[in-house]
Amino acid sequence: MNTHATTISGHNPEFATTGIPNGKLGIWLFLSSEVMLFATLFTSYIVFRTSAAAWPRGWDVLNVPLALVNTLVLISSSVTIVMAYAKTLERDQKGFRLFMGLTIALAFVFLGIKTFEYRSKFEHHHYPSSSIFYAVYFTTTGLHALHVIVGIIWNSWLWHAAAKEWDEWWFPGRIEYAGLYWHFVDIVWIFLFPALYLL
Amino acid sequence: MNTAASTNHSAQIKSYLMVFGALLVLTVATVTASYLRLPAVLGLMVGLAIATVKASLVAAFFMHLKGERLLIYGLLGLTFLFVVFLFTLPMIDMSAIGINRMPYGGANAMAAPPPATAHH
Repeated sequence: MNTHATTISGHNPEFATTGIPNGKLGIWLFLSSEVMLFATLFTSYIVFRTSAAAWPRGWDVLNVPLALVNTLVLISSSVTIVMAYAKTLERDQKGFRLFMGLTIALAFVFLGIKTFEYRSKFEHHHYPSSSIFYAVYFTTTGLHALHVIVGIIWNSWLWHAAAKEWDEWWFPGRIEYAGLYWHFVDIVWIFLFPALYLL
Repeated sequence: MNTAASTNHSAQIKSYLMVFGALLVLTVATVTASYLRLPAVLGLMVGLAIATVKASLVAAFFMHLKGERLLIYGLLGLTFLFVVFLFTLPMIDMSAIGINRMPYGGANAMAAPPPATAHH
């Protein structure tokens, strides 16, 4: 086995019976199920919205500037995590720690802004039970926020594990899988932002 | 790291930054389009079209789907097929039974639910 190639790619060919590392195939299967989950919510949104006699415009009832900042924050975090992966392939642990740290920090900024938005809604007595619009808003953004929290835990664990496991052949692969998940979380928000806030 | 690998990584990092720039421009375009206050259906189409381009950029470059193996494409193709089913079936159902006969459709859509408990 080419040890160097194995270490750099982070994939052990011994496990690659499909030509794809098992971990990578697993994360793509998981993401496919996630696509179905969010697609179900989007379908519900479309059904509710197109069948509604009246539906509030996002910009009238939600805070568009805050959501725009959150969009920029999440897009930036997608860049920082892909940079963390690039640094892993370059065997630059300091660079990895910097970019993964930035990704985690940006995720906290996103959650902070979301919390502020939610608090403002609750202060005005807007709850998921207030109307179908708010039911859709809180369900979709709440589930997305839950994914952000999972991403923070996952990325923090990798940031911490780098100290011990940096030289393991499988470590770069784990960064790649966490990155794939995080980009998916970004993609979901890319659709949620216009669907809820701008239309 | 050898020079070839270094050049390859530099090119990849450059592509990440270019995609980042494109995502920022498209985000501004999404917000700008919303200020045009387009009719609902047209606005929905424009907004979702821009979102699809943005998502494709993230998937192709950040998730490295560009140049991915055939098995992953097959898996995602199958997922896409099921998503199309998921979107299409309720639409057929809606057009068949009529919007106003749906429990949450028509005038019911914005109505608040009745209080959970009655007060005497």
